[in-house]
Amino acid sequence: MNTLWLSRVQFGLTISFHYLFPPLSIGLGVMMVVMEAMYLKTRKKVYESMTRFWTRIFALTFGLGVATGIVMEFEFGTNWANYSRFVGDVFGAPLASEGIFAFFLESGFLAVLLFGWDRVGPKTHFFSTLMVSLGSIFSALWINVANSWMQTPAGFHLVWHNGVVRAQITNFWQVVFNPSTVDRLVHVLLGAFMSGAFLVLSVGAYYVLKRRHEEFGRICVRIALIAAVIGALAQLVSGDFNAKMIGKYQPAKLAAFEGHFPADAPAGMSLFGWVDSKTQTVYGLRIPGMLSWLMYYNTKAPVIGLDHFPPALRPPVNPVFQSYHAMVAIGMALIFITLLGVFYLWRGTLFQKRWLLWVFVISVIGPELANELGWFSAEVGRQPWIVYGIMKTSQGVSPHLAAGEVLASIIMFGIMYVLLGLLFIFLMNRKIQQGPGEAVVALPIPTAPVSGHARLDA
Amino acid sequence: MSHVLNVIWFVLLGVLFAGYAILDGFDFGVGMLSLLVKDDAERRLLLNSIGPVWDGNEVWLVTGGGAMFAAFPNVYATVFSGFYPVFMLLLVALIFRGVSIEFRSKEPMRWWRNLWDTNFFIGSVLAALLLGAFVGNMAYGVALNRHGTYTGGFWALLNPYALLVGVTTVALFMMHGSIYLVMKTQGNLHERLRGWVNNSIIFFIICYATTTMATLLYDRHLTLEVRKHPIFFVVAILNMLAIANIPREIFHKRDFRAFLSSCFSIAALLSLLAIGLFPNIVYARNNPAHSLTIYNASSSALTLKIMLIIAIIGMPIVLAYTTYIYWVFRGKVRIDEHSY
Repeated sequence: MNTLWLSRVQFGLTISFHYLFPPLSIGLGVMMVVMEAMYLKTRKKVYESMTRFWTRIFALTFGLGVATGIVMEFEFGTNWANYSRFVGDVFGAPLASEGIFAFFLESGFLAVLLFGWDRVGPKTHFFSTLMVSLGSIFSALWINVANSWMQTPAGFHLVWHNGVVRAQITNFWQVVFNPSTVDRLVHVLLGAFMSGAFLVLSVGAYYVLKRRHEEFGRICVRIALIAAVIGALAQLVSGDFNAKMIGKYQPAKLAAFEGHFPADAPAGMSLFGWVDSKTQTVYGLRIPGMLSWLMYYNTKAPVIGLDHFPPALRPPVNPVFQSYHAMVAIGMALIFITLLGVFYLWRGTLFQKRWLLWVFVISVIGPELANELGWFSAEVGRQPWIVYGIMKTSQGVSPHLAAGEVLASIIMFGIMYVLLGLLFIFLMNRKIQQGPGEAVVALPIPTAPVSGHARLDA
Repeated sequence: MSHVLNVIWFVLLGVLFAGYAILDGFDFGVGMLSLLVKDDAERRLLLNSIGPVWDGNEVWLVTGGGAMFAAFPNVYATVFSGFYPVFMLLLVALIFRGVSIEFRSKEPMRWWRNLWDTNFFIGSVLAALLLGAFVGNMAYGVALNRHGTYTGGFWALLNPYALLVGVTTVALFMMHGSIYLVMKTQGNLHERLRGWVNNSIIFFIICYATTTMATLLYDRHLTLEVRKHPIFFVVAILNMLAIANIPREIFHKRDFRAFLSSCFSIAALLSLLAIGLFPNIVYARNNPAHSLTIYNASSSALTLKIMLIIAIIGMPIVLAYTTYIYWVFRGKVRIDEHSY
């Protein structure tokens, strides 16, 4: 493999691993704000212990998010130097803004959130939780601005600079509010809220099933179930908005979602299937005219198909089709189980439905997987472009970068990420098994300053 | 106007990276010294002295990188792709260091804690060494083609001058961290740390003197600007005075003032480098005409202006709450149930 392909693999690998954590942190942050607000309002001990417990979980997801996130910022320069030269004038500003408006805010107030319980009053602590949550949302905002600009570039012009063409800003607000920013930001944030809500739901259901910390577990399930059902339903609406936006601005991507080939014909929608690009056939269950209806509320309306584009400008169809459909299927399943859960909650029998609680326990994987699949669809679906319609991915790679160096770093990241992933699961499980209540301190806390003679073990 | 903006962003980048070196510098120093204490409770004290702040300190690097991308995209592209192995290793060091802090006290087993303590130590030394080697290469100059792309290859990055600056950076951060720890500890540990400050100052001064000699001998291009404007020599003198002031303040037990002197000397060292490089950012040693300067490698005037507005809105707020957070965690470090 050459430097280009290795760099693609490396970016895909590192971003996929990274993206396991930020949605959890963003979602959990919002849940923590809700819990701590309830504590401030009711002063009930259980809400305090909830906030403290979820803060400990949050610290883990946040830590790994930060550790794997720095990689991403470096990789634009290390592996995609020509891309960086081409877009730096436009793309750098949102990245720097993310640092100034988001990263400083979340990591600064995280200190108070994690270590400040005894140093500041409850209101200041709540304010810190709010700032951490807000910081993580700002972070999603700015990185979405950057990514959306790559999808639907706006507010720039191309100019000659030192003998090469590059993109330069003409209007900052058009860059920030490019045609896809708002739809995609809402979709990403809802995905993140769902990640957080389903994590709380999963752990709460587990405690109820195991008859441990039952009151705590029940409250977690109640809060999380309501958040989850709102998130899952809103995500369906947001998905519809995104499909329409993609149909307008990235028709090749939408066509790949449904394996729709005819250049100008009504399009169906598959429930599941398999795309054979050679024969341009989709095997599976297909509702004729459904995509046309979803796009234009008319089953006869033509939808631009892949044949509209020369083969070199089409994304790989089947991978995009599969990841898109898997995402939608997971989303539908999550809507179904949360609606069912809410129904039983209303009937007052939810906590007797042990099978459903077990489904909730494993449901945490759902949003995480759907988030990843959604990004696969979005990013593979826009190939071969790195900046849609302007620059191809193959043109963005670093010149003079040896394939061996990239291969070495992929192996290094591979080993490291497997290790970190296992440690994350191990420590997460430990924290969940320990449960709320006292933080487990492995060694006694020294009451007086430690001196050389008064050793703890003496 | 546009040229003023280029100079402003050169200075602002310098401020961001100086902020990073000063803040994460003591974090690295604490990591380097952490293995010198054997007792678990004392190691926890050292670790928790930076516990609430290390994460925020690292953001200065991320923001500095983002600002470099936005203001001087050609520098960002050339440096990050050209120094590929250096940055990849730096990432490993930073990741392992970060998770070591996060993980070490989560389990009681001795082997577990020793493992993460060792990682914390190695990560801290390696990160400082690599950052120093990076700065060393920037000072020394690298081979660039006429498109401003690095052509020097892997081994050229490991030239003796760059490694010397790497070791000097380790010494600098060790000194800085030991002073920070003196400020944050009490009792017997505090007294022992005072001795370490003196040792690390000696280590640093030896490195600093060697680096200065090597710079004057091999990096003549860095001295031109100071020769042209002798007023800048004041920075070098102030730097020496600041370093000399550290043992004095430590002797008089004015630990905070010793720390401020150390912060000042880091800022002064980076200022000297910036003055020497100006108006270049990446100096092309093979052919100075290929150098990336603050003019030919910058973004458009409009982007620099937008970025300046963003910085003017954002940074005062950042500085305000960062100061507040340091104030919340002021005083001697103590271990409680929330500590690492």
